[in-house]
Amino acid sequence: MYNVSQEQLETIDVILKDDLLSIGVHCAIIIDVAGNTIAQLDNGRCSFDVASFAALAAGNFAAVDAMAKLVGEQQFSLHFHRGENESIHFSKVNEDILLICIFGQDVSLGFLRLKTSEVIDKIKLIWSR
Amino acid sequence: MGFINVKKKEVQIKIVYYGPGRGGKTTNLDYINKKYKQRIKTEMVSIKTHGDRTLFFDFLPVDIGKIHGFDIKIQLYTVPGQVKYNATRKLVLKGVDGIVFVADLQKERRDSNLKSLEQMKENLLSHNKDVFKIPLVLQYNKIDLKNQGIPLLTVEEMEQDLNQQLRVPYFVGSALTGDNVVETLKKIISMTLISFRKELQ
Repeated sequence: MYNVSQEQLETIDVILKDDLLSIGVHCAIIIDVAGNTIAQLDNGRCSFDVASFAALAAGNFAAVDAMAKLVGEQQFSLHFHRGENESIHFSKVNEDILLICIFGQDVSLGFLRLKTSEVIDKIKLIWSR
Repeated sequence: MGFINVKKKEVQIKIVYYGPGRGGKTTNLDYINKKYKQRIKTEMVSIKTHGDRTLFFDFLPVDIGKIHGFDIKIQLYTVPGQVKYNATRKLVLKGVDGIVFVADLQKERRDSNLKSLEQMKENLLSHNKDVFKIPLVLQYNKIDLKNQGIPLLTVEEMEQDLNQQLRVPYFVGSALTGDNVVETLKKIISMTLISFRKELQ
């Protein structure tokens, strides 16, 4: 059992909003590796079931991580699924938490990768406090 | 690891149904899903093989109301029971807060129960968790088969095989008819919450 302070959670929300939603990301979610949702922010038009999404995302990430080890990699730190309208980008923040972005065709993958790496650095700092 | 969200005043708890293949883990969740349909806002997520066996996990989120002003969100998972899927079982156990071990009462499944419990202990250790410290409830499932003349193990035999050292609460039940399914769930939730008591106060 662990908890994160209200101040930490609020700062994380501000970062997700300013750095990711502002560039057109539809939904940004921070989850832990057990599948719990730590923070979730969207543009008001996302109506999917976040709890199930988080459980599947954590499972997916863990499965890919295990595959990485089988082929002799330490980890695949980035996963990306492209859809017709929505795409999903997963990245590892640290050993405990993951950042997931759901975005449409109007956001370029390169720009998103740049922004997520900035966001990860910021969240790492907050998490270590 | 349970997560307390102080901002949303919410606690998320992960409970895993573990046990040998075809033992009734998914059937437990199916029953809970049907019974508490009005409290469960979403569909149960199942990742299955073509043969309808659990491939990765089943997932069912249940809201059980407030404790000390916190909304308690229970996340129920099952693991795939088949022997070959141990890597997946290990993944699902990541961050687990409480476990229901669903054992099969059928005589011919005696070995599978023992092997599965042993492997669960090892898998927990790989996550630095001790089976003697984590909230755990045993369910001796399929008592409904008694009326069909199928040879079953006695409760004493089950206790001797599985619970001699653990000394945890157990229920004799039937996931198919729902016998003791809710009681098992209530017990593991209350044991898990007790282990979180300090953090919630």
